[in-house]
Amino acid sequence: MLEGIDLAAILLTLKLAVTTTLILLLVGTPIAWWLARTRSRWKGVVGALVALPLVLPPTVLGFYLLVSLGPHGPIGQFTQWLGIGLLPFTFAGLVVGSVFYSLPFVVQPLQNAFTASGERPLEVAATLGAGPWDRFFTVALPLARPGFITAAILGFAHTVGEFGVVLMIGGNIPERTRVVSVAIYDHVEALEYAEAHLLAGGMLVFSFLVLLALYSRNARPWT
Amino acid sequence: MVLVRFRLTWPGFALEVEQCLPGRGVTAFFGPSGSGKTTLLRCIAGLETAGEGWLDFQGEVWQDSTRRRFVPTHRRPLGYVFQEASLFPHVSVRGNIEYGHQRARRRDWLAWPWHLPGPLPRGEPSDPAAGLGAIIDLLGIAPLLDRMPERLSGGERQRVAIARALAARPRLLLMDEPLAALDPQRKAEILPYLERLHDELAIPVFYVSHSPEEVARLADHILVFEQGRIRAAGPAPEILARLDLPLARDSEASSFLDGRVLAWDADYDLMRVQVPGAHLWVPGASRPVGARVRVRIQARDVSLSPGEPAPSSILNVFPARILEFGVSEGPRLLVKLGLEDHGRAGNLDGPNLLARITRQSRDRLGLTLGQRVHAQVKAVALME
Repeated sequence: MLEGIDLAAILLTLKLAVTTTLILLLVGTPIAWWLARTRSRWKGVVGALVALPLVLPPTVLGFYLLVSLGPHGPIGQFTQWLGIGLLPFTFAGLVVGSVFYSLPFVVQPLQNAFTASGERPLEVAATLGAGPWDRFFTVALPLARPGFITAAILGFAHTVGEFGVVLMIGGNIPERTRVVSVAIYDHVEALEYAEAHLLAGGMLVFSFLVLLALYSRNARPWT
Repeated sequence: MVLVRFRLTWPGFALEVEQCLPGRGVTAFFGPSGSGKTTLLRCIAGLETAGEGWLDFQGEVWQDSTRRRFVPTHRRPLGYVFQEASLFPHVSVRGNIEYGHQRARRRDWLAWPWHLPGPLPRGEPSDPAAGLGAIIDLLGIAPLLDRMPERLSGGERQRVAIARALAARPRLLLMDEPLAALDPQRKAEILPYLERLHDELAIPVFYVSHSPEEVARLADHILVFEQGRIRAAGPAPEILARLDLPLARDSEASSFLDGRVLAWDADYDLMRVQVPGAHLWVPGASRPVGARVRVRIQARDVSLSPGEPAPSSILNVFPARILEFGVSEGPRLLVKLGLEDHGRAGNLDGPNLLARITRQSRDRLGLTLGQRVHAQVKAVALME
């Protein structure tokens, strides 16, 4: 059955996906809120930047992240200055890469949810004496709950399924950066089809179940 | 007293308003859609931030563009009822009502000792929860409190929305066509509640409507909007009787007369009501003698007779003088009459009565301005 090394890959993958999803919900919410409500001319630019990972080959994203996180890159120099050291080929580096890579999968459902609930409930809340933060937490967030569930599921599943970015900036270090998709690649390279089947089949079933949950979710999210 | 001055321009629309609005009673904003009624209401609420404006609410300046002063909506002690009830779908009816109530209590507590009265000062106990109870009773929503908004009918939703606005203890209530999204049956269900509000609420209410009937039933004052400007403003009876304004051109155009109950005829189930210049027999519910009542007479139920009218089944016949002819509407036209006080013949200061007759009748009877006629009224309705 599963060897220790593959089990480690699965646990690492889950850890990466959970961390990434939590960070994405925190980072993606303000971006989505801004995109849903702004009339700024920068809206298009920001929207396009957020959507870039949808169309770019992961290698492109991975390459630039590697360069900028590296010892001569701006982020790399900053992290060295902070005393954190360099991020490539570490778990933290993987998280950074995953956050960028899965950003659109979180921001877009949130943005849609904020847009769908519209301005009216916020206006109502204002006439009832609720200030901007109050309105956000007591009205906008609860109304966007279906969007948050979709965003979390998509962000999590997409991070579990990434490969290219991980390979570019994470490499293949067992228990640190060797995630399931990379492990499958290794098994295939080594012609270990049985092990590859186990992991690949597991991924297939997992992904299907996640999407099944997503698509058959109750349409009345706040009850 | 509420003083407003707003100027706002959008592509294809401009609002330019400078008006003094009464600080008590119901003021109706009447006009066709797109005439600026809702926009002015939103400006007063602070929901419309574009444009220049100046707004003085009973001595407090809520907006002054020249001094960059703008009190945000959530700091204005107002209640706003939107055309669609817009209840929060994620909380129960109780949650909706408490939302504004809790924030208002916080606001009022912070404002202490400059504490300002809530919406129901008449007999409102000092316990804030009791105030909430009064509002819930007033709108009859006690059985709905634990339901989710999606399980309410349109009329129930709107009643909850009104209760929610009142629970926020506003000092000004703004209502944007609260009945427009409802079918006639639901409208009839809510109107009595609105009339109760009118009687019991001590705060000013600004009520947007394009329905002459609602305006006639609820308003004390009327602003008539036309293309982003206020075309006419004044007390409701005066505006309702003006033949040059769209209210009188409505097919339901009516006169509203305030009077006093003189007697009750139990044999015939009729009430004798005195209005200045006439006595009326009014069918229907009995009221105590001396009670003040308001009756409605639709213009189409009034016919005119130049001489002493022949005996007929019509109960209410009284003298009046022709004050004005309106412009003709196809075969018909409106005639404005002045009732004459029996005691002081020739006195034209009595209330006005609208009659809708055919042009042919006018010409056949040779009716002229100033002529004395007898008005025959086929139906008088008591306003609840």
